[in-house]
Amino acid sequence: MSNQSDPPMIRFDNVVKRFGDNTVLDGFTCRMAPGEFVTLIGPSGSGKTTILRLVMTLERVTDGLIEIDGSPLSHMHRGGKLVPADEKHLAGVRTRIGMVFQQFNLFPNMTVLRNITEAPVRVLGLTPAEADERARDLLDLVGLADKADEHPSRLSGGQQQRVAIARALAMRPDVLLLDEVTSALDPELVAGVLGLLGHIADTTDITFLCVTHEMGFARDVSDRVLMFDHGRVIEDAPPERLFTDPREERTREFLQAVVGRT
Amino acid sequence: MTWDWQFAANSVPLILQGLLVTLQITVLGSLVAYTLGLVFALVRRARIPVVDQLLFLFIEFVRSTPLLVQIFVLYYVFPSAFGIRMSAFVTGVIAIGVHYACYTSEVYRAGIDAVPKGQWEAATALSLPRRRVWTSVILPQAVPRVLPALGNYTISMFKETPLLLAIGVVDLVNAAKAAGNESYRFVEVYTIAGLLFLLLSYPASLLVRRLERRVEPV
Repeated sequence: MSNQSDPPMIRFDNVVKRFGDNTVLDGFTCRMAPGEFVTLIGPSGSGKTTILRLVMTLERVTDGLIEIDGSPLSHMHRGGKLVPADEKHLAGVRTRIGMVFQQFNLFPNMTVLRNITEAPVRVLGLTPAEADERARDLLDLVGLADKADEHPSRLSGGQQQRVAIARALAMRPDVLLLDEVTSALDPELVAGVLGLLGHIADTTDITFLCVTHEMGFARDVSDRVLMFDHGRVIEDAPPERLFTDPREERTREFLQAVVGRT
Repeated sequence: MTWDWQFAANSVPLILQGLLVTLQITVLGSLVAYTLGLVFALVRRARIPVVDQLLFLFIEFVRSTPLLVQIFVLYYVFPSAFGIRMSAFVTGVIAIGVHYACYTSEVYRAGIDAVPKGQWEAATALSLPRRRVWTSVILPQAVPRVLPALGNYTISMFKETPLLLAIGVVDLVNAAKAAGNESYRFVEVYTIAGLLFLLLSYPASLLVRRLERRVEPV
């Protein structure tokens, strides 16, 4: 749980993202406190995933500024001015950010263990023994201690996503981005992965930014829910308020459509 | 025309010496084609201005002109034009290797493109350095997929080595010709040469086909 008056872990200041003529994000401004769990909901194409991709530096902002823990992410200081970040700057800041993808994106050529140890060894400079220990602890956490030496193709979707979560956590990120992490899973595997994420959110001080269609999950774990439509936030409220008493007609329609579908 | 078993048997040692040369050129040419092709593919992917266009032109030039002409240019033009003088054997390895590198670079490109975008994104999300992304994530996935195609090019190179006869390399066919010249009998020597090509090419192509079934196609 968090307090809005804390200095923000993530700050979006009037962020605009266009792909050609298509404006995907239209002036997004928001602060996320350390440890806060923020869920982004809204129809597809409304700009939610783009926000995660911007924070992960997989995309560059068209306009506006993103800050992580007070230092610019999308930009950097040069000669007293803020200029768009170069690759070197991005490489420096993105180590604090982790992401779990819809399609898991595990490295199929590596064992589960090496999927988790590769970045801590190559990026954080851990010794193989340290990385190994960290990875095995995380595999314990996600309930896959016995799968360390398997290749990802031998695991179910739910197991692969657990490994992907462990892989992201092994970097000890300050911010963890969850991009529809259960959308590619068989229905019976969804609850397990969401339960795991809820547990991690409860027991760490990681700041979460989550895009999901699982409204029950959003309601249970979020500190705040942002409703998106056409690249803009149209409602920003605690889940208990947003889900029971949405102020915007568009939010109400969306929630009805989503609940009606499931 | 009769088949002279004695003559055939006598010719075999000489022809086998030629086969050894053919195999050496095939193996060394393949090594050049495999490594240089990968370098070409990586350089082209980096999209460095000017370098990219020059390399594109070079590759197109090599692919659009006959290997035989390239062999002649390397052997007869390079010494006078650039002062680069190489033995016929080395010329052969370089000509065949570079020629096929222009084809294998395309194979590597397809293999690299076939690695899903999500792999790059996951590697970025983990902050893996660029070089490490290539060596740990992308190439280990791309290269196994292109092995069958590379194998096919090796078989092609094996069958193209007789072109080096034009600059006097004593390969399998040239050795057969030399053996025949001594007594003006050619049926035996060329038959043996042909059989040797078949004996090596066919099992090799079966091997490639088995490999194709084991890896995901590009």
